[in-house]
Amino acid sequence: MDIQYLRKGQELYLYLKGELDEHSVVSLRGRTDALIDENASSKRAIFNLAGVRFMDSTGIGFLMGRYKKLSRYGMGMAIEAPDRNADKILSMSGIYSLMPKI
Amino acid sequence: MNRMQLRFLSRSENEIFARNVVAAFALPLNPTLSELSDVKTAVSEAVTNCIVHAYPDDEQWIGVECETDGNKLHITVTDSGRGIADIAQALTPFYTSCPGEERSGMGFTIMQTFMNDFHLTSVPGEGTRVEMTKCFGGTAEADAR
Repeated sequence: MDIQYLRKGQELYLYLKGELDEHSVVSLRGRTDALIDENASSKRAIFNLAGVRFMDSTGIGFLMGRYKKLSRYGMGMAIEAPDRNADKILSMSGIYSLMPKI
Repeated sequence: MNRMQLRFLSRSENEIFARNVVAAFALPLNPTLSELSDVKTAVSEAVTNCIVHAYPDDEQWIGVECETDGNKLHITVTDSGRGIADIAQALTPFYTSCPGEERSGMGFTIMQTFMNDFHLTSVPGEGTRVEMTKCFGGTAEADAR
């Protein structure tokens, strides 16, 4: 998994790229958390999933974990551009009630 | 009818290998992209369960068998690991035996939802067997939606 970020005003955009599973999530988690720590003055983190070619339920756990971390900083969270498969999994999990799809 | 058997170690790097092999095997059945994606996700969930839950401490064998039957693909994922004592609990959406590890507890729910048929058998201390079937019959229009 690759992650890139862009700070736009008060918002932190995180662009994920690759296949998100139990294997790839391990290093992704650390890199994402480091970016959140460095940008903790932002108001909201927006996870852009356009580059995620594959995701299983690992993605739900990963996003929930980041949501909890962001909450401790008082930051909000949103999801952008999931593909049909990711959208199906995220809708099923009810996660959009915590982090809206924008 | 076509058949294949796959056997690999319970290393997490084999999750991508297993789901892509099964997807490649299914290609002659002309699945839509959406159907193929469902199969890959379900296989990934089943194999991840073997790696995380069946063999938490060491690397052992995982088996994946596939059989085509008309427009259907039967997939069986087996391990000889720890097994599941309470199957009803394991199948409950959001239940996870590893709270605090960022696990969603949605693996079996996704397998049941994404596949047309799902069957789970397990003997504690002996292993677990997941049998799933996907019926391919979608149209290209389904992919356009």
